[in-house]
Amino acid sequence: MTARVAIVGAGPAGIRAAETLVGAGLKPVVIDEGARAGGQIYRRPPPGFTRPPETLYGSEAPKARALHALFDGLVESGKVEHLAQSAVLGIDADGLNVLRPEGRQVVPYDRLIVATGATDRLAPVPGWQAAGVYSLGATQIALKAQGVALGQRLVLAGSGPLLTLVATQLLKAGADVAAVLDTASLGDQAAGAAGLLARPALALRGVAMRARLGRLYHAGVTLERIENDARGVTAIRWTSASGVESRTECDMVGLGWHLRAETQLAGLAGCAFDYSETWAQWLPRSDRLGRAAEGVYLAGDGLRILGADGAEVTGRLAAIACLQDLGLNAPDPVADLKRLVTLERFAHGIARAFPWPAAHLRALPDATVVCRCEGVTAGELRSVADYGGAEANRVKSLGRTSMGRCQGRYCQLAGAELIAAHANIDTPAVGRLRDQAPVRPAPVGAWVNPARTAGRPD
Amino acid sequence: MTPAPSPRVRRLAETGRAPVGFLIDGQPASALAGDTLLTAILANVPALRQSEFGPEPRAGFCLMGACQDCWVWQKDGPRLRACSTPVTDGLHILTQPPETWP
Ligand code: FES
Repeated sequence: MTARVAIVGAGPAGIRAAETLVGAGLKPVVIDEGARAGGQIYRRPPPGFTRPPETLYGSEAPKARALHALFDGLVESGKVEHLAQSAVLGIDADGLNVLRPEGRQVVPYDRLIVATGATDRLAPVPGWQAAGVYSLGATQIALKAQGVALGQRLVLAGSGPLLTLVATQLLKAGADVAAVLDTASLGDQAAGAAGLLARPALALRGVAMRARLGRLYHAGVTLERIENDARGVTAIRWTSASGVESRTECDMVGLGWHLRAETQLAGLAGCAFDYSETWAQWLPRSDRLGRAAEGVYLAGDGLRILGADGAEVTGRLAAIACLQDLGLNAPDPVADLKRLVTLERFAHGIARAFPWPAAHLRALPDATVVCRCEGVTAGELRSVADYGGAEANRVKSLGRTSMGRCQGRYCQLAGAELIAAHANIDTPAVGRLRDQAPVRPAPVGAWVNPARTAGRPD
Repeated sequence: MTPAPSPRVRRLAETGRAPVGFLIDGQPASALAGDTLLTAILANVPALRQSEFGPEPRAGFCLMGACQDCWVWQKDGPRLRACSTPVTDGLHILTQPPETWP
């Protein structure tokens, strides 16, 4: 019997993993939440939209076209089974618990490739619970997949490559961008330059984009607070690198500090984690090819935050590891392993140039909402840590933080930073939140109704 | 205090799509075919729902199905995640939980 390999995620990593497995004669099943394959960076608009890939993806259009065509071809020729609009909720002895539009389904597998990608890495700014505050990723998705700006007058703030990129794309599309506020100083950015030169063309493109932003762009700012009224955001207050206080009126703020790996499924699959000082977050442990647990392989930004090009490389590598372990004919990984070294040097440069704002987090006023799902404040977190101990899982159960709608995706890193500062310990000592199913909220009915098992008649 | 009914999002492209009619809290609203519910609602009003833990209205956050900030109610039918559900003709969206909870 041929091995059943399940791939979770149909972004660049999942697509390249599928291609590699098909090349060795396997027929993987690819489970993805999107209606159409592509992932977040190469996300496709719904049918009926007319802008060409060149408008949507700019310089990356050829890569987007190639990945979309490759995957659509694999599905059309019956070489890959694609479960679209399907969320993996958890894993048990029978396989993956998948929530599909028509109900719950169990997908059995022998080997699992997890390519769940990343979300924005968020740091709270006082007032960020207001309507009209979005992640930078959301800002880009709105433009790319819907053709809209999420406000009339926009401020983008935070740090990382997406900040400049989204600002440039919005301006080009005719949006009113009032300011681009980067918390990374010019000194940080210079310190990252050596790593960024691992990919000179990409680094230059970033510099050119920055130049086009001109006076809208400010480096080394401190974000003070987002002001709002009953309708939502009205302004953002910030202090410049030279200490000048400003107030910029706007009805939308896009926030983000690069990426946070989406690792809950890897955790449920039994992977171990290490705290990465470089990325200021817990990342799964794996070998160079992505082997992370018995029969479990990881790829893409959910393993190493390397961006879309890196995801293609690690997607292939994970599939190669899987094929090797199955005793099947696997392609030679040498070229991709070499590429990985360059990609990692560049990614370290990015991390150094656009750091996580740890000092800002540690100094957040007590009244700041940290958990925007349930309104838990910095002060409440600090006092919970005082009586319950400075451990992430205890703070979660005692303080309701990370228990809300987003399951901690957007507050746990900031929460850990705050608690560490308050307890005077290192951030990794706060620990990592245990992974719990369902990793996406599921309607109660989906659990009550019996699940169908793939390949078995109802 | 109810926010003034002004749209939150601004359309920059792809405006030639077919119109779709739906209802927000009983009021007629219009959107374009291919809009997500989030886009469709915020093209008419500034928020999706009230927060259950604070005074602020909510308007979504991640647009990628990760934050669950954007769930809205229907007059008839299950709750919907606005950022990943397409708008359809005749849908009746509620920005507050329906009074007659099943
Ligand atoms: S806006 Fe985050 S799940 Fe819809």
